Amino acid sequence: MVSGKQSVEKRSETHSEPRKIIIRPTGGWAALNLRDLWVYRELIYFMTWRDLKVRYKQTLLGAAWAVLQPFLTMVVFSIFFGSLAGVPSDGVPYPIFSYTALIPWTLFSKALQDASRSLVNNSHMITKVYFPRMILPLASVLAGIVDFLIAFVVLIGMMIFYHVTPTANIWTIPLFLLLALVTATGVSLWLSAMNVLYRDINYVLPFLTQFWMYITPIAYPSSMVPEKWRLLYAVNPMTGVVEGFRWALLGSGQAPGMMTLVSTLVAIFLLVSGMFYFKRMERQFADMV
Amino acid sequence: MSKTAIHVENLGKQYQIGQQVGNYRTLRETFSEAFSAKKSAVEKKALPPESIWALEDVNFDVEPGSVLGVVGRNGAGKSTLLKILSRVTEPTKGLVEVYGRVGSLLEVGTGFHPELTGRENISLNGAILGMKKTEIEAKFDEIVSFAEVETFIDTPVKRYSSGMYLRLAFAVAAHLEPEILVVDEVLAVGDAEFQRKCLGKMSDVAKEGRTVLFVSHNMSAILRLTQETLVLDKGHLLLRAPTVEAVDYYLSRGLTQEGQRLWQPDEIPAQAAPFKPVAVRLQDAQGHVVEGARCSEPFYLEVEYELRKAITGLRVGVYILTSQGEFVFTSFDTDDPGKFEEYSQRPAGTYKSRVEIPAYLLNGGRYVVGVNASSYRIKTYFHDEQALAFNMDATGAPGTQWPENRLGTVRPELDWQITKSNGEGDS
Ligand SMILES: Nc1ncnc2c1ncn2[C@@H]1O[C@H](COP(=O)(O)OP(=O)(O)OP(=O)(O)O)[C@@H](O)[C@H]1O
Ligand SMILES: [Mg+2]
Repeated sequence: MVSGKQSVEKRSETHSEPRKIIIRPTGGWAALNLRDLWVYRELIYFMTWRDLKVRYKQTLLGAAWAVLQPFLTMVVFSIFFGSLAGVPSDGVPYPIFSYTALIPWTLFSKALQDASRSLVNNSHMITKVYFPRMILPLASVLAGIVDFLIAFVVLIGMMIFYHVTPTANIWTIPLFLLLALVTATGVSLWLSAMNVLYRDINYVLPFLTQFWMYITPIAYPSSMVPEKWRLLYAVNPMTGVVEGFRWALLGSGQAPGMMTLVSTLVAIFLLVSGMFYFKRMERQFADMV
Repeated sequence: MSKTAIHVENLGKQYQIGQQVGNYRTLRETFSEAFSAKKSAVEKKALPPESIWALEDVNFDVEPGSVLGVVGRNGAGKSTLLKILSRVTEPTKGLVEVYGRVGSLLEVGTGFHPELTGRENISLNGAILGMKKTEIEAKFDEIVSFAEVETFIDTPVKRYSSGMYLRLAFAVAAHLEPEILVVDEVLAVGDAEFQRKCLGKMSDVAKEGRTVLFVSHNMSAILRLTQETLVLDKGHLLLRAPTVEAVDYYLSRGLTQEGQRLWQPDEIPAQAAPFKPVAVRLQDAQGHVVEGARCSEPFYLEVEYELRKAITGLRVGVYILTSQGEFVFTSFDTDDPGKFEEYSQRPAGTYKSRVEIPAYLLNGGRYVVGVNASSYRIKTYFHDEQALAFNMDATGAPGTQWPENRLGTVRPELDWQITKSNGEGDS
């Protein structure tokens, strides 16, 4: 004991006062404690990298999968909706029209798929070590950006092939990407937390994603939706994202306006409410997974 | 620097138990409950959600640089305590203040990801502790050489043997310089050499002024490593004392009377049936219950039990353990093949199995008696490793003309020959 105390004093000369952590029951709607996420920023980076590595190592097609999924969907859509059903595409070649929408959509749907399982899949970590649990769904969402970039390169190839020149508004793409990420994160926080408590989320999710795809202007232009319903239509934030992508790249679709604003506000609402719900459920995770 | 590393106040943790298989529910259930609120209220009354307090009213403080042991029987709440300290789970009541980073090794394995290599898992765990990349890199070589996994460092950890996995996990937790290290029951897996290394490392960590909390069922490890120990029982902190005293208290707890242990119905697990332990007694030659025995005289251990049904192949036996938890010997009433034949089946009824422990066997000191009732390879009906504790008095044992402590657990009376050899060049 005595020798221990002496070395404590020695140590305190070289080390700063250790961080004090208070552990107590957090009742009801707990504070978000975003500072913790900042302290653990290296871990966010690391987990994202880990998700990428595991994903690309385990799937046979690896990076090709990132392109194949939206690309094949585009081919099917082009044949059935574009050619056979004659769905209008705002004067742009239908393949480009649908592929432009499918890129952010794939980012979104893949994020939901991976993030909703992230807590259950990492139960071995949740029950053994502390870190802000929010990092897990967050990393799943962020890992999707790499797939997005790969798919985007293919889009550039297609635009060259179809002689479509991007508009001068192309610089706004990162903003719409951000809107897609905010939406995906918000929904993922809800789903991942619910998945710990109610395991049938796994069965609900495919239906949810499919339904969500129909109410997003992917296979069809939003100009098909009657004018008076447009704002209601934009309550789905992915509408704002897809319209933004088409406007910035192809010059078609709706220029940012009220619809974009509605989408953005709903996306922010999803994110904030998702964070609070997640925080509220977080303290049960370790006992439940 | 503050004088406290960990401050625990009125800590309580409640778990919900006895719900459906697995803890989680389905959305369907939740919805149908919500829509038939009346019905569910009725059901709730009929089936109140059961809960237990895994920890209740626990208070203690730990000074920086001390090594604190935590002992207690299965389900006492030891792991729960460490999980709260390492923020894996939240308390239901109370307050904990922790000064500094907590590195934890809870049960076997840590936050390793099986697909990642050893190298990557080291970085991952560093990041989990909130360390910078450069800090982790500085420690890297030390971790790898401590864990002795040099050749496998770029192999995914899912290909590691369980010993390698444990070695790496321990090395990471101990070397990433957390201010507080909590270790739960991990030494059970490694080989003896690695256990020795781990204990050494833990005391080094403490010498550097960091705090260690160590849970183990291995009393000799607790005694070697810690100065002070907490004794937990059914979620309550029974005692905090210098380790020797705490271990002794823990091992001898459960005595209803000195020299005799009677089992209450609630202390007998359901799977013991049809075997029902009644008592174990320490007796002298006249059959009186005594609190202790003398090295120079035989004493008797008697196990009384009831068989509700006939049991085939039953053997009832005792263990003797030192106060450090090490086994001295085990003996069963049907060890003798003749007895085993004779009692191959025991009909229902009340029995006493009594054994004489000869004089000049055990050294002076404190011992613990355990009881075991089992059918070999079929079933262990009942098992209590800490049924009774007693003192052996060394008076009259060989060598007591020197009033010193004799090393060793046995003190046999041995026949020495002393011969003088002649002419072999002695000076
Ligand atoms: N996630 C959980 N859900 C419900 N009950 C739990 C949970 N975890 C632990 N318990 C209960 O809490 C009590 C204390 O458990 P704990 O794991 O802390 O015991 P322990 O002292 O570590 O025991 P052991 O020596 O067997 O490791 C036990 O009764 C256990 O069944
Ligand atoms: Mg335990």
